[in-house]
Amino acid sequence: MSETKKTEKSGPVGHGKRNGAVVAMCCSFVIGMGAMAYAAVPLYEMFCKVTGYGGTTQRVEQASDVVLDQTIKVRFDANVAPGLPWTFTPVQREIELKIGETVQVFYKARNNASRPTTGQATFNVTPEATGAYFNKVQCFCFTETTLKPGEEMEMPVVFFVDPEIVKPVETKGVHTITLSYTFFPREASKPVAAAADVKADDANNL
Amino acid sequence: MAGTSAAHGDHHDHHEHKPLTFFQRWFLSTNHKDIGTLYLIFAICAGIIGGTLSIFMRMELQEPGIQIFHGLAQMVYGFEGDAAIDGGKHMFNVFTTAHALIMIFFMVMPALIGGFANWMVPIMIGAPDMAFPRMNNISFWLIIPAFLLVLLSMFVEGPAGAYGAGGGWTIYPPFSTAGQPGPAMDLVILGLHIAGASSILGAINFITTILNMRAPGMTLHKMPLFAWSVLITAFLLLLSLPVLAGGITMLLTDRNFGTAFFAPENGGDPILFQHLFWFFGHPEVYILILPGFGIISHIVSTFSRKPIFGYLGMAYAMVAIGAVGFVVWAHHMYTVGMSLDTQRYFVFATMVIAIPTGIKIFSWIATMWGGSIRFTTPMVWAIGFIFLFTVGGVTGVQLANAGLDRALHDTYYVVAHFHYVLSLGAVFAIFAAWYYWFPKMSGYMYSEFIGKLHFWVMFIGVNLVFFPQHFLGLAGMPRRYIDYPDAFAGWNAVSSYGSYIAGVGVLIFLFGVFEAFAKKRVAGDNPWGEGANTLEWQLSSPPPFHQWEQLPRIK
Repeated sequence: MSETKKTEKSGPVGHGKRNGAVVAMCCSFVIGMGAMAYAAVPLYEMFCKVTGYGGTTQRVEQASDVVLDQTIKVRFDANVAPGLPWTFTPVQREIELKIGETVQVFYKARNNASRPTTGQATFNVTPEATGAYFNKVQCFCFTETTLKPGEEMEMPVVFFVDPEIVKPVETKGVHTITLSYTFFPREASKPVAAAADVKADDANNL
Repeated sequence: MAGTSAAHGDHHDHHEHKPLTFFQRWFLSTNHKDIGTLYLIFAICAGIIGGTLSIFMRMELQEPGIQIFHGLAQMVYGFEGDAAIDGGKHMFNVFTTAHALIMIFFMVMPALIGGFANWMVPIMIGAPDMAFPRMNNISFWLIIPAFLLVLLSMFVEGPAGAYGAGGGWTIYPPFSTAGQPGPAMDLVILGLHIAGASSILGAINFITTILNMRAPGMTLHKMPLFAWSVLITAFLLLLSLPVLAGGITMLLTDRNFGTAFFAPENGGDPILFQHLFWFFGHPEVYILILPGFGIISHIVSTFSRKPIFGYLGMAYAMVAIGAVGFVVWAHHMYTVGMSLDTQRYFVFATMVIAIPTGIKIFSWIATMWGGSIRFTTPMVWAIGFIFLFTVGGVTGVQLANAGLDRALHDTYYVVAHFHYVLSLGAVFAIFAAWYYWFPKMSGYMYSEFIGKLHFWVMFIGVNLVFFPQHFLGLAGMPRRYIDYPDAFAGWNAVSSYGSYIAGVGVLIFLFGVFEAFAKKRVAGDNPWGEGANTLEWQLSSPPPFHQWEQLPRIK
């Protein structure tokens, strides 16, 4: 091989620096995408809270100062996930309220087990587009609830429907909003792989 | 492709290697061709195992009722009586899951990326080897334990009282978390982690090789389309696999360490896993098919004796498919309750992919148009690929519609669709590549008769397997069940017969390989004549242990 040919020779020696740059770029992609997978959790939660996406309701401190003459119906739905021995129902099936008016409604929960159990409710509203306008001032779903054996409890929700709801094209035709809760058992979370008593049937019903 | 003036023939090895022992050559290998060969052997073995699993599934589904899986469960796991039936039902799901994982991660990917790309990309771009030869070796030796972990998972406890991880390659929670407390799912997750690490290392290697080690004069716009396809595939791997790794790590910590990413009772969301999985999963299906696109372009061009029609369009169509492939993932999840606007977006974005794909199909046809076509074995496989991939593409466009997908979601129509693009698409591309490059890799010519016989038996077999599944899906037969109502019996029987024919096709393939090595017909440097103008045909067959001591210059 002549000298000139050698300079053409390709390989890690001649390209050490450039190879390093490409590998650094590749690794930053890998780390970046891996981090994005985890960042999806808080980012999606933030996104839902801000936009009301998927019927995520809003949490506010202050009641509305504008009340419209127009009314809207709110229906109440209650579910209990398998594994929580509770009876959980809304006290009233539906109410009609003025848009902007702050009201308090109640749900009833009863622990049917002979031991204290703890639950936590998840929630959303349908139609999903109304999530951004459904404002909760107070809700049992903000915290965990523990019921003693046989205990029955009335749980309040204080909310109002934002008067802005009558403006956007997606929500101005909405006359009924359904607020839905699902109570899930809240135990000291234990790894499923270690829990021998977890049955496949339970999982299918989730 | 641009003309080349390669000054090769300089075979002597000026690094003065001592002859390598068997162990050094195959276990400590840093040679891209040897590692490629190892990958191909591995892919063939994994393909036989994965294919056998699928034939068991078809035997089971040949008639309504439970045919063989209670017996299998009795034999393998030692269940008795009714327990054997329950165990057999889960075992069927385990077979489905293992078949998918093996075929995707341990057959198609190792064959196309680890095998053919490893072998041919450095040669085609005029590089002496991969940029990081030792990392290449690590990539290969990671895939073996990954495969063993997935196989091992079939023999340890999954759900309470049953063995193996069922639930499909998508491993959706809660079935993969609360539903299967046994260690089988953990083994699958670890296996996927290791296979993913192997692929990421391989992708980094390919990107560095292709970006930095092209021969003088070979600009990206003169690079062979197979190298283009591998470059794009490597980027897809790099961007999508870490997301899978993140998702299954969350699954692992949910299962073992009490986190609640996917557990609604603690504020998690099982749908999050589906989003993460399909953000990986959809690019993954393009990872499986893009190298095939590159291969088919070379074969069609070679045997039409014409340069590929619309070279730049072909290259950028693949770039477009890869890029758009990242923003369509939720079309796998139309039924999870996304808003209509979201569904509209995903329908539209998915449909857009038909455009670059159409550019590719039409360019292949335009390449053949007016060409001097020779129907050699690789060419018939390539034409078979174009035809069958298009069938799968058309059903894909139908399934892209959220409205229609409501009815067809999780039916055999979907099974037929993705097998037309993968089993009849990617696998046909693999066989086309095998017959195209076998003379180059081994130095021996395969038997045209056996190659063509293999094609026709396989063509008839797989079409009999999967075409009737369109009818079953339209009639509403759901996926992933061991049993079905009698009404579905007819087409299921046809489908099962087809799988036996395809199984015979695989045996013919293996015999063809044996025959070629036994007869030792010398292939010569370029058995395909003037149409074959990429760089690998300027080397001897098989190529020297180190090629391009003196770099080719591309005009």
